[in-house]
Amino acid sequence: MKVVLQNLTKKFPGRNKKSRDEVTAVDHFNFEIPNGKLIGLLGPSGCGKSTALNLLCGLLKPTEGRIFFGEDDVTNLPAENRGVGMVFQNYALYPHLTVLQNITFPLENLKGEAKLTKEEMQRKAYEVAKLVQIEELMERKPSELSGGQQQRVAIARALVKMPRILLMDEPLSNLDARLRLQTREEIRRIQRETKITTIFVTHDQEEAMSISDMIVVMKDGAIQQIGKPQQVYDDPVNLFVAKFLGTPPINVFRGRVQSGQLYIGQEAVLNLQNVPDQELHVGIRPEGFVLQTDGPLSCKLDEVEVMGRDITVVSRHEESENTDIRSIISAENAADVAGDTVRFALKPAKVLLFHKETQERIYFETI
Amino acid sequence: MGKPVDYAKIEKSARTGERVRKTVIYLLLSVWALVVLFPFYWMVLTSVKSYSAYNSEYIPKLYTLSPTLQNYVDAFTTVPLGRYFLNTLIFTIATTALMLVVIVLAAFAFARLEFKGKNITFTLFLSLMMIPNELVIITNYVTITNWDMRNTFLGLILPSVTSVFYIYLLKENFELIPDELYKAAKVDGTSDLKYLLKVMLPISKPTLITITILKVIECWNSYVWPRLITDEEAYFLVSNGIQEIRENGFGRENIPAMMAAVVVISVPLIVLFLIFHKKIMEGVARGGTKG
Amino acid sequence: MDKKNLKGWLYLLPAILFLGLFMVYPLIDVFIYSFEEGYNSASQTYYGVGLYNYSYVLHDPYFLQAVKNTFILVIFTVPISTGIALLISVGLSSIKKLKELFQTIYFLPYVTNTLAVGLVFMILFKKTPYTDGLVNLVINWFGGNSVDFIDGPYWAKMFVLCFYTVWVVLPFKILILTSALASVKQDYYNAAQVDGTSKWRIFTRITLPMISPMLFYLIITGFIGAFKAYSDAVALFGTNLNTAEMNTIVGYIYDMLYGNSGGYPSYASAAAIILFTIVLTITCINLLVSKKHVHYE
Repeated sequence: MKVVLQNLTKKFPGRNKKSRDEVTAVDHFNFEIPNGKLIGLLGPSGCGKSTALNLLCGLLKPTEGRIFFGEDDVTNLPAENRGVGMVFQNYALYPHLTVLQNITFPLENLKGEAKLTKEEMQRKAYEVAKLVQIEELMERKPSELSGGQQQRVAIARALVKMPRILLMDEPLSNLDARLRLQTREEIRRIQRETKITTIFVTHDQEEAMSISDMIVVMKDGAIQQIGKPQQVYDDPVNLFVAKFLGTPPINVFRGRVQSGQLYIGQEAVLNLQNVPDQELHVGIRPEGFVLQTDGPLSCKLDEVEVMGRDITVVSRHEESENTDIRSIISAENAADVAGDTVRFALKPAKVLLFHKETQERIYFETI
Repeated sequence: MGKPVDYAKIEKSARTGERVRKTVIYLLLSVWALVVLFPFYWMVLTSVKSYSAYNSEYIPKLYTLSPTLQNYVDAFTTVPLGRYFLNTLIFTIATTALMLVVIVLAAFAFARLEFKGKNITFTLFLSLMMIPNELVIITNYVTITNWDMRNTFLGLILPSVTSVFYIYLLKENFELIPDELYKAAKVDGTSDLKYLLKVMLPISKPTLITITILKVIECWNSYVWPRLITDEEAYFLVSNGIQEIRENGFGRENIPAMMAAVVVISVPLIVLFLIFHKKIMEGVARGGTKG
Repeated sequence: MDKKNLKGWLYLLPAILFLGLFMVYPLIDVFIYSFEEGYNSASQTYYGVGLYNYSYVLHDPYFLQAVKNTFILVIFTVPISTGIALLISVGLSSIKKLKELFQTIYFLPYVTNTLAVGLVFMILFKKTPYTDGLVNLVINWFGGNSVDFIDGPYWAKMFVLCFYTVWVVLPFKILILTSALASVKQDYYNAAQVDGTSKWRIFTRITLPMISPMLFYLIITGFIGAFKAYSDAVALFGTNLNTAEMNTIVGYIYDMLYGNSGGYPSYASAAAIILFTIVLTITCINLLVSKKHVHYE
């Protein structure tokens, strides 16, 4: 099922006592989610991504705009008639029901022709339980399960009625780091097997990048960029997106362009074309640094963190907007690092320029 | 997706259903609010109707055009309502104050001090919570009678100055105060009593206020014990006073004057409630029960 | 070490003193009283030990009347008040506007003097030579005949007593249920709604099980409270409850102790212990039933 959002907007009455202004949680969303894809809705907390999800499932009514599932306009349809499955952040498993009862709960709501017999419900419940691998837990109560198991039950409950779309609100945030890695692979696998269009919300860029077919980056209720994860990472449209994606994060410097040269401090670090003289933000991805004894950019060396295959060189620079500059260098070159200063050359493809005021991307060409 | 679904129809029926539901709910809530408020309205209304007007209304009127305060004057002059009021005030203040001292000391001992037999004593205290008042009131009555304390304030007050429940509530609250504060105070050479007065009590003020209010309500409305222990009008509390007024005062037919007395008695607590309603409801929700 | 122990007990001393004197000692004493036959409160003497007091109480028509009244009161008011409280609390928790106002109004009877407001109920229901009373007026409107609810037929008096009792106990129940309902996480409702659950099914399958511990607590305390009914009856019918046929078990105990037929602490003790036994039995039954039906997290 493809999902189309047209001009979707949600405003809340202001809660702040000083200003009664409305708060716009979702600001004119326009995009189309192709059938059968896994979409990550990504942004810092409070950016309106959960509101967007609640609009999709029908728990909230939009102030403006329309939502289509396939060809059907579902904008004002109550949640119970939308046929969506939802996995809540803290799972919302009914504590007084067993796992089996939790999974069959949505099926028992079906009415009319869709009504199922007890046997059919059981069969469906076991099918989906098998898919998420919890068949042996069916008689337990939620309180007797681990976090990861609860998560699977929640997914099973959302999937059992074969929803038109599946929504997940921060599905991994309540799991510990190891389970998180494992579970996100699981989600990917389950989504591939069921081919249900899935939208999940997260504030963790790594999580979104690793499993999504497409990510939607949000800030303050507005969409910043939509695209394939790698494409958004390589080619962010503004400083916010560039900063938000990537670990370690991008290093940002105050820089300026003067007659075809990019300066950081007094050092000309790159030759470039088509950029008029101006002050700007210079973003350099950690993997964009090359150790070079006569490199143009000199930094004060802090320390070297050895991580096996790579090393991280932590250094400082007066014009850096971050406190540390983190650069990732392949371990073979580690021997070169010594003394008080290190010098780097830059890989042009990993250098991103942003306008000083608008923070929009400035594209350039190297010679 | 197979057959077409009439979304417009589903939407519309959902919206109508929601509106009907809301209307029914507000209707139900309003009806009950009326049932709750009406007796209060009737009591105030009747209290400002003149005696003759009230008795001439075979069909009671829902309003009055000539309100009078004469009934209030009668309430204070014909029967010793002022006396009842004063008694209740003395009883309430003395009981509440004494109780606060007793329960603060006990809760402090349970929450902060270490001594042999503390846990078993606390368990015994808790088990006392289950003993119904009706079971012990008989002996208390005999005890107070034997001590010649009938028709005295002491006799009224003494049996109600402890409450295991409030000790428990306060102890729980005291235990929320971090240990470090106590240790710091000890290092500075503060005595236990000073620590209790200067640190614990100010921190636990919200709970103390809740307990005080609940106890005041309880005292103001207490009827059974005062009825057993007092038969001289000079020691009647308001509840007994009301009963006395009903059976002997005003002549049985002067309903407006009776209602004036009822209003006077009810007003202090209603005012207290309107000021502190959040605190009172919170306190009661935490496990208080009436009486 | 010794000093430390002493200090702890010193702080506890007032509480222990009062509790010992007015709770523990009376608790033991009430059993002793109930077995002392022919106790004379003036001379404080008795001439035998046995079950006579119990036998007397159980054969006293006033006591039997009181037991009957109390049971009727319990059987009607506990389910009715709990049901109404549940209905109102569910209504309250589904609205936003005026919610606080309604809540405050509903709690008002809790802080008012039972005796005082009882008088108002009496004049609303009472039929006198001057007026039939407001309630009868309403009954007449609907084509019924006037009934004296205060000095009239038994069922009418019982109706007023039950009505007033429900009016008095509801604030507490509404308050407890409203806060129980508020503690059910919104997520459960959202999940159920997304899964297309009907309102009624959400209520029976999610809300009720979730608040069942509190509901059950209310039923138990409701039973206990209703068995101890007394001041409501006094408020409506005056202190001479035996004549009005409206006495309750607790009323009987107090009458035995003091009042027109008073001066018999032994009978009062026997009646109190019988009452306590009844309440204990009912509470145990309640607890057994709850094991099956109540969901504790």
